[in-house]
Amino acid sequence: MNNSKLKKITHARLFLPIVCLIAVLLINVIKTPDFFNITIRNGVLYGYVIDVINRASELVILAVGMTLVTAASGGQDISVGAVMAVAAAVCCQILSGGASSVTAYQNSIILAVVAALLASALCGAFNGLLVAKLNIQPMVATLILYTAGRGIAQLVTNGQITYIRVPSFQMAGGYIGKSPVPTPVLFAIVTVVIVALILKKTALGLYIESVGINGKAARLVGLNSTMIKFLTYVICGALAGIAGLVASSRIYSADANNIGLNLEMDAILAVALGGNFLGGGKFSLIGSVIGAYTIQALTTTLYAMNVKADQLPVYKAIVVIIIVTLQSDVFKKFVESHRSKKVSVAAEGGQK
Amino acid sequence: MEQNIVLEMRDISKNFTGVRALSHVDFTLRKGEIHALMGENGAGKSTLIKVLTGVHEFESGSIHMNGENKDIINNSPQEAQANGISTVYQEVNLCPNLTVAENLFIGREPRNKAGMISWKEMNARSAKLLESLNINVPSTQMLDECSVAIQQMIAIARAVDMKCKVLILDEPTSSLDDEEVEKLFVLMRRLRGEGVGIIFVTHFLEQVYAVCDRITVLRNGELVGEYETKDLPRVMLVAKMMGKDFDDLADIKGDHKDKKVFSDTPVIEAKGIGHKGTIKPFDLKINKGEVIGLTGLLGSGRSELVRSIYGADKADSGTLKVNGKEVKIGSPLDAMKLGMAYLPEDRKAEGIIADLSVRENIIIAMQAKKGMFHPMSRKEMEEAADKYIDMLQIKTASRETPIKSLSGGNQQKVILGRWLLTNPEYLILDEPTRGIDIGTKTEIQKIVLDLADQGMAVTFISSEVEEMLRTCSRMAVLRDGEKVGELEESELSQSNIMKAIAGGDDKNE
Repeated sequence: MNNSKLKKITHARLFLPIVCLIAVLLINVIKTPDFFNITIRNGVLYGYVIDVINRASELVILAVGMTLVTAASGGQDISVGAVMAVAAAVCCQILSGGASSVTAYQNSIILAVVAALLASALCGAFNGLLVAKLNIQPMVATLILYTAGRGIAQLVTNGQITYIRVPSFQMAGGYIGKSPVPTPVLFAIVTVVIVALILKKTALGLYIESVGINGKAARLVGLNSTMIKFLTYVICGALAGIAGLVASSRIYSADANNIGLNLEMDAILAVALGGNFLGGGKFSLIGSVIGAYTIQALTTTLYAMNVKADQLPVYKAIVVIIIVTLQSDVFKKFVESHRSKKVSVAAEGGQK
Repeated sequence: MEQNIVLEMRDISKNFTGVRALSHVDFTLRKGEIHALMGENGAGKSTLIKVLTGVHEFESGSIHMNGENKDIINNSPQEAQANGISTVYQEVNLCPNLTVAENLFIGREPRNKAGMISWKEMNARSAKLLESLNINVPSTQMLDECSVAIQQMIAIARAVDMKCKVLILDEPTSSLDDEEVEKLFVLMRRLRGEGVGIIFVTHFLEQVYAVCDRITVLRNGELVGEYETKDLPRVMLVAKMMGKDFDDLADIKGDHKDKKVFSDTPVIEAKGIGHKGTIKPFDLKINKGEVIGLTGLLGSGRSELVRSIYGADKADSGTLKVNGKEVKIGSPLDAMKLGMAYLPEDRKAEGIIADLSVRENIIIAMQAKKGMFHPMSRKEMEEAADKYIDMLQIKTASRETPIKSLSGGNQQKVILGRWLLTNPEYLILDEPTRGIDIGTKTEIQKIVLDLADQGMAVTFISSEVEEMLRTCSRMAVLRDGEKVGELEESELSQSNIMKAIAGGDDKNE
């Protein structure tokens, strides 16, 4: 009885992603006993955990888009980091009116945000066109903007770093009014909730899974596979735009070379850590979100353990190898056969 | 016990997730005989072969070789090969971009003293081997320049050179013409003379009687019996393969014979519809309550014809009227909205959405028809799923079971349920019974006739002429991508259909 219940829990989709997150957190607690301490300083929440949740926000937003793209097209959008830079550049350039540093908005902030999101959605549409309509492999198709995106951002900002030294611009990356919670966290939560609601309240989730599992069959039951794939890339682009604005607000500037740098790889990793199959099909949004927080927790942990930034990737890689191995089918089978052997030995022993 | 037994399989049982694929099957192969393994689709032939060659594990039973009282369990095809069991599959498992000699010796190339491959020796040995088997092909020729028949023979030669005692030929003749088949038979008889035991899996009855000594018949995973070919007339063999259901099948049309009166406007009226490269322009009328069959050889354009109506391959000529109204169909969704439904030929590639549950697979077409912004509620979905699981008697652990873990027949029923849920006026069934056990086959045929009784227009495509005769009230005949004629109900008979398919008969409308 107990055994079957245990089996049910360990076989649940989200079991391993959650275990991985807990494991990373446990290491933290051992290494840094005050890891879970949350205090209020200057009227805002403060502590390692808050830092992890705050820093993970852009990654969470990207992971949501990446999950949809992966599920529908069986491939990844590696241009999201560059698209973040494009959105930041468009937004800051409109706000600064062309100057390299301003202390007051030169144009409406609404105009700037809308334009930035349109630009990023357009980037997504470009990717979607290549993947869905022209059937180019996602990796190859998005490689174009991966390399060209930052160049486009530089073009927009005339090759300079545009600073927006306006307090209200920094709210998206900092705090709104007297709120103790960092704004990026709110952005992440709202994004996840909205996307989850869309998936729940429309049939989009089912459509995406169907197209990802068997595109031919999906087409014959009346689904427009091309349109659905295209749509996921547009959503992914727009979400990258939101992440780009948050990142830009943090440093109150558009730094085309650094905003979202290498973040696409973390986003893909988050999807994988969330137990999602990178070949498309069934997906779990919440798994990817957990994956994103796991990665950020890992990064923060390593910093807390005084690992230098340039050595960080090595340690990250080691942990990722362990996590991915734990989740692989081969490993699961190995554990299962080991366990069943034990059980049968125990049973034989009982008979004697 | 007979002295010359080379392979003995006893009491073999095998389950696939709750479905019994083999149940206490015995099989005996003697030295120097050609032994046909017969049975309908789903009878367990390929499972038995796969158990023997180590592709599948089996639950109970034993395999002995050479009369030795030693269990042999092959865990992989390589192990089976080492034990002297070689298989030649329908699709040749060789490398087309290598030479004949390389294919013969791949993985066991002769080496010289320095450990390098000795090409000279390899080519010489190949030439000798090919000559000894009377295969006329230079050993340095590229494999993809050889005909399929030669490729088959090279695969056999490879098996022979590896000293196989048991040679399994799994549907080797399906892509060969008569002359090539005859060449293959000559080779098979030679090997028989040399004492090799050959298991021959085929669905061509003539070939069984041309070359086999014994026949083992399986049905529904059970052994029906082992017979000497000369003692088993063809009709008896067919009866044994189909089992007692044979009689049931004969008269299912009986209750449905009462003639229907067709209304003036056909449900579907195609004029000059065609799709470049796959189907030449054709005319076709389908009435309410009528089951029209499409017949013709594989690749004659049966599927292509219905696909061009349904919009799966967008028609590039002609006009289509649905219930008398001219319509334009640009995609499957357009066709669905006009009341069409299409069960595709390739269930695995185009039918099932493997990882989704039975429930999701049933409601997906209805949901697509309703549109993204009108999602079905959980309750609606469950009711729909339960209704069709019940109505079509789909055997599944629950409605949330992934469809991929169901048997082929049950998967097909799920897809049928998917389309019935959309309440179509015109149902296209492309090979709905392929690879399905005979019980389910009959069920599906009955459902089709019932649906027609209720006024649905149905197009039924099948490679099995008997099945078409049982279900169809009219037939269109196709040949080489062209509709060449129609047969009215009074003309429907096996010989008429065969004549029409083969051509040379002037029954062109």
